[in-house]
Amino acid sequence: MEELDTEPPVTVVPGADPARTQLCFEARGPSCVFVVRRDQDIYMETLRKLFNESHGIFVGLQRCEEERAVRARNAQLIQVSKNYRSVIRACMEDMHQAAISARDSALHSQYSIQVSILSAMELIWNLCEILFVEAAPAGPLLLRLLDWVQLHICDVDNMVREVLSSENPSKHKLFWNVVDIFVLQGRMDEARHLLSKEAIANPTSMNMYKILDDLMKKMPVPSVGNTQTLTEMELKWQHWHEECQRYLQDGTFASSSHMESICKILLGDENAILEKKELMTTWYHFLVTRLLYSHPTVKPMELRFYAQSSMDMFLGEESSPEPLDTILMAAFEFELHQVIKECSVALSNWWFVAHLTDLLDHCKLLQSHNLYFGSNMREFLLLEYASGLFSHHSLWQLGVDYFDHCPEYGRVYLELHIERIPLNTEQKALKVLRICEQRQMHEQVRSICKIMAMKALRNNRLGSALSWSIRAKDAAFATLISDRFLKDYCERGRFSDLDLIDNLGPSMLLSDRLTFLGKYREFHRLYGEKRFSEAARLLLMLMTAHIAPCSFWMTLLTDALPLLEQKEVRMLNNHADGLSTKGVQFLLVLLF
Amino acid sequence: MFVARSIAADHRDLIHDVSFDFHGRRMATCSSDQSVKVWDKSENGDWHCTASWKTHSGSVWRVTWAHPEFGQVLASCSFDRTAAVWEEIVGESNDKLRGQSHWVKRTTLVDSRTSVTDVKFAPKHMGLMLATCSADGVVRIYEAPDVMNLSQWSLQHEISCKLSCSCISWNPSSSRAHSPMIAVGSDDNSPNILAKVQIYEYNENTRKYAKAEALMTVTDPVHDIAFAPNLGRSFHILAVATKDVRIFTLKPLRKELTSSGGLTKFEIHIVAQFDNHNSQVWRVSWNITGTVLASSGDDGCVRLWKANYMDNWKCTGILKGNGSPVNGSSQQGIFNTSLGSANASLQNSLNGSSASRKQS
Repeated sequence: MEELDTEPPVTVVPGADPARTQLCFEARGPSCVFVVRRDQDIYMETLRKLFNESHGIFVGLQRCEEERAVRARNAQLIQVSKNYRSVIRACMEDMHQAAISARDSALHSQYSIQVSILSAMELIWNLCEILFVEAAPAGPLLLRLLDWVQLHICDVDNMVREVLSSENPSKHKLFWNVVDIFVLQGRMDEARHLLSKEAIANPTSMNMYKILDDLMKKMPVPSVGNTQTLTEMELKWQHWHEECQRYLQDGTFASSSHMESICKILLGDENAILEKKELMTTWYHFLVTRLLYSHPTVKPMELRFYAQSSMDMFLGEESSPEPLDTILMAAFEFELHQVIKECSVALSNWWFVAHLTDLLDHCKLLQSHNLYFGSNMREFLLLEYASGLFSHHSLWQLGVDYFDHCPEYGRVYLELHIERIPLNTEQKALKVLRICEQRQMHEQVRSICKIMAMKALRNNRLGSALSWSIRAKDAAFATLISDRFLKDYCERGRFSDLDLIDNLGPSMLLSDRLTFLGKYREFHRLYGEKRFSEAARLLLMLMTAHIAPCSFWMTLLTDALPLLEQKEVRMLNNHADGLSTKGVQFLLVLLF
Repeated sequence: MFVARSIAADHRDLIHDVSFDFHGRRMATCSSDQSVKVWDKSENGDWHCTASWKTHSGSVWRVTWAHPEFGQVLASCSFDRTAAVWEEIVGESNDKLRGQSHWVKRTTLVDSRTSVTDVKFAPKHMGLMLATCSADGVVRIYEAPDVMNLSQWSLQHEISCKLSCSCISWNPSSSRAHSPMIAVGSDDNSPNILAKVQIYEYNENTRKYAKAEALMTVTDPVHDIAFAPNLGRSFHILAVATKDVRIFTLKPLRKELTSSGGLTKFEIHIVAQFDNHNSQVWRVSWNITGTVLASSGDDGCVRLWKANYMDNWKCTGILKGNGSPVNGSSQQGIFNTSLGSANASLQNSLNGSSASRKQS
């Protein structure tokens, strides 16, 4: 993993003893070989779906036509980002199910850890989508952040459900907690709805309730459409803020501490908000609540100040930031490279940073950082990710597409990786070959075919060896195998793999010996079909064309003899180029 | 991050080398018990010994696989002053059922007058060729002109390095811009400041190997040396295992058109030097893309080194024994880790054996 200046992780190999560093003269005792490999197995199996589906999104993004209009392009990229996130969520769901149904506790905790990692990834990605891909401007920014918080801070969902489903919600001991949560998350309608129940149950507080309800109803929020400008909104908000202030100072809510605290929250009182720390659970929830009630028209570039102070106020003295906090902070500070770097360190896989960086690169955000390795970083991460895929027996096929989209080193990485894939079966070899052929990787094609041909030859599967060497266009090897076929024929009197030899077609021309083999077999076929004149003509051609190996001349001559008995063949002898019986006999005498 | 599995190797003496085949599914080990063992990986990931036979009449120092284009071929070298080439014969179906295979000796290379310390096959684009190096400082390069006849090897070159040799590495680059090149390391222990790494390059004109470079900054005994796979770079990367881990880049300069013919001059830079092992480093090995280097040392650890996208090399992982005994009996010796990395997931094999070659 991409590391900073921290100590690299140490893996302990049980059974291996580093302490005994002295040479042992009596080298006795059991010798041991340790085979160490990356512990990717479980994680690759469980994340398989994630890899498969994100691969589709990735390829789609590389290939899709870039929209001309900025708006349309932006919408396109946001959609891609959302697709990635939904894939993460789907994977999280699967992992969650797996955790529940896991039989042993070790497996259960492994799955649970994966769920929380995926959850963190989605949280980070979502924030990056808001800040970088969508680049939400002041106004919509706050609305997005509110959605973000609501979607991801789920710790309170149970509490909410419990209260809402009880017979008498306002009497529930957690009633005010839930109201507070709604207020903290800007869910005004839901808060008001619950409060109305309290008002009915408690008529004495009707007056207070009506005022508070009204304030909550009137609270100005950034609009989704373009119905008001920021300035208009700010003005309205200022008015409303002052109104809240007046009611508080008048002591309107003095008799209900709960309602008073809500009013304080509405006024953006940091202490009042911080009192509800347990309900917010995280500093970034606190941040968004603060923004909602003190600066709803916050600009993206102003976020960093609020973020840092929010984290400090929330964490206080007791706790220090965790890796997730550091990543989110880097995002709020718009330090893209820092986000990527921190993610690389914190996450044990390249999947996240590779895909996120690629997306950000398509948003043209990496170049704007003016660092020379902008696009190289994208490629670096994609190469790392894809290389990891190649260690898996089937996921390597996804890796191919990733390499295809790495302009500088993708091709050579693919060449190096693809020739190392174990070719356990013919099917796999053919699959690998197809990929190489599509990309004109001629050397890899040749090499793979040669390896397969060699393997077949060693196992005496001559037919297979021959077809592989034809595919490799390896004339020398084809010659060698043809010789073996011919030798086989001499020893056993018949050919093996007739189908193959009969259907060689133009590939017969790869080597002289192969041509001879093909033609010789044709001769036998013609003879078998009693087409003697054609057979004789072919035999003649084979003898005169000088492609027959020396060792075979005897055989050819011997083959000629019975032909000469045939009536049709004798007719041939009348031709000038015919082979007379006398001629053959003379040759035979010479040879003996 | 890493998971380790131990295999009881059943060698009766120290294991000196472990080598993975091209696809990472077969493994060969060699030992002072004079034998070589071949291990095959089954579908479920277990390693089984499919062959075990006596190869030499002395300790076997190294074992190495030829490219699968040449079939299933191994070479071994030994204290008995010979190197040998072995080929696997596809056995009878009985053997196959029992999961055993049979290896036959194709040739013995007897030219050396001292212990042969390393044997390595040349890159496949050079044909079926191998190099050996000996304690008397001679590097020999042999070729089998007919790749289908492994019994015929001819000695093509004899290179006198003047210092006792311990290791060799062929430059894997098949680029036409690069001539065949071999790096030789020396573990000569006598007090001198002679360069312990020499680079020899084949000269097309003289048809001989000539010394192209000597790394003057490496003056301590060298135990292992390895060229990184070439990713289409114009320059070469060489890792050296000596008293620390060192990584050099060799950038070819304009070829000198002197009377001796085009000998390349190199610009040499050291891009990394790590003494984290705090002891002798015995082996170095690259992954298939040349992006991760593994090293092993007398501290009993294997360290992994990687360059980030800024080309800064850093340690990204440490494999360390926990000292617990295996199968109830204690481990002897220290680690001579031989690191054959055949695929992207970087399989390393560690073995418990003596690191020094001084004892036979």
